[in-house]
Amino acid sequence: MTAALLLLADGRFPAGGHAHSHGLEAMVASGRVRDLDAVERVLIGRLRTAGLMTAAFAVAARDGDPDRLDAELDARTASPALRTASRRQGRALLRAARVIWPDAPWVRLPAQPHQPIVLGFAAAAAGLTDDRTALAAVHGVATATASAALRLLGLDPFAVQALLIRLAPELDALAAEAVKGDLARGAAPLTDLSAELHATWEVRLFAS
Amino acid sequence: MPAEILEPVHTHPHPTSDPHPPLPRLDRALRVGIGGPVGSGKTALVAALCRAFAGELRLGVVTNDIYTTEDADFLRRAGVLDPERIRAVETGCCPHTAIRDDISANLDAVDDLEEELGRLDLVLVESGGDNLTATFSKGLVDVQIFVVDVAGGDKVPRKGGPGVTAADLLVINKTDLAPLVGASLEVMDRDARARRGDLPTVFLSLAEDKHAKPVADWVRHLVDHAR
Ligand SMILES: Nc1nc2c(ncn2[C@@H]2O[C@H](COP(=O)(O)OP(=O)(O)OP(=O)(O)O)[C@@H](O)[C@H]2O)c(=O)[nH]1
Ligand SMILES: [Mg+2]
Repeated sequence: MTAALLLLADGRFPAGGHAHSHGLEAMVASGRVRDLDAVERVLIGRLRTAGLMTAAFAVAARDGDPDRLDAELDARTASPALRTASRRQGRALLRAARVIWPDAPWVRLPAQPHQPIVLGFAAAAAGLTDDRTALAAVHGVATATASAALRLLGLDPFAVQALLIRLAPELDALAAEAVKGDLARGAAPLTDLSAELHATWEVRLFAS
Repeated sequence: MPAEILEPVHTHPHPTSDPHPPLPRLDRALRVGIGGPVGSGKTALVAALCRAFAGELRLGVVTNDIYTTEDADFLRRAGVLDPERIRAVETGCCPHTAIRDDISANLDAVDDLEEELGRLDLVLVESGGDNLTATFSKGLVDVQIFVVDVAGGDKVPRKGGPGVTAADLLVINKTDLAPLVGASLEVMDRDARARRGDLPTVFLSLAEDKHAKPVADWVRHLVDHAR
């Protein structure tokens, strides 16, 4: 099951993640995020909000009511642009997962599900435990943000990787927190605003 | 200027005799990828094909270009395609990831076109301008056209790379510029043959041929066989 975790969490898993910066492109353009230190703060912020929420909902989706959880996620995502981004990534992940695990109960998912809900189903199909589902979720949020930052700022890839490794204990702690079943999660208003601003641009590199 | 430089060179095998086994019958639109380096004429080729197939085939276009609205505007201004038939895909600075390694956003765009417009005969997928190594996944397109241009230098076919060596059709565009940049079409033809074996290559000047006749013929042949 360890190999299954690594494969599902791999950034090369073809689920559309490479096209999303979750507001970071706008933060970089505004000059608020210029260097690795700022990226570290963004990363920690994203992990404690989106990371924890993604993990908690992915775990809950494994045996919870996917319709209700999907609606709850919607209510917790203030930015319409980020709601759209999450649904687009949910669609992409579902496209891949249907091919990989054709017998899993995908029919139970709502139309255009949010990414964390699909992730919970995919993790169950891959035979992952709750702990590992949560870990895959926070890992995905961390690496997606770091990889977008690397491309947007031309950062030193070794320095970015060192930052991720330094944050590994935080990832473990957040995953452990996420399995406790608490779905009331914090928000990041500046990320929401950045994502909304980004959605109004005429020319952009990232889908969010 | 000697006339033979401006004449499009006819290469063999003939572009309509594809050495590949025929495509299976499709119950959806034929999907054609159009790749190639920045500025080689991909959007100009899309526009020419839209013109060529106007009133003949039901068309959709997916563009991975970063200046997406600009391309869409170009096609609309040229009067060749309704904006509702064009979908844009953002690639997050990874133009070839989006057409090769992780094709989900492009597949979603194709699905959306077919869902909203009904049955289509042909979907053209333009990649973002990239380099000679970018190719499309077979999970995304049925066949691919690689567009290079004469202005990039007559060394391009010799350099090879998967686009030049393996694309189902190689288009060498902007032959009108050959005398201006001192490029030899003969050298390009010889090198393309050496690289591509039996695969077809056509020379084109989209500045002069607004319907991209040899490419349109090649595509029409495939559409006819796929349905
Ligand atoms: N002289 C000449 N110019 C051409 C020809 N085909 C295209 N162009 C011009 O070349 C420029 C680039 O053409 P596009 O069609 O935008 O090229 P592209 O490959 O889509 O470019 P990107 O999407 O930015 O990679 C435009 O100014 C076209 O008008 C041609 O055959 N001859
Ligand atoms: Mg273009």
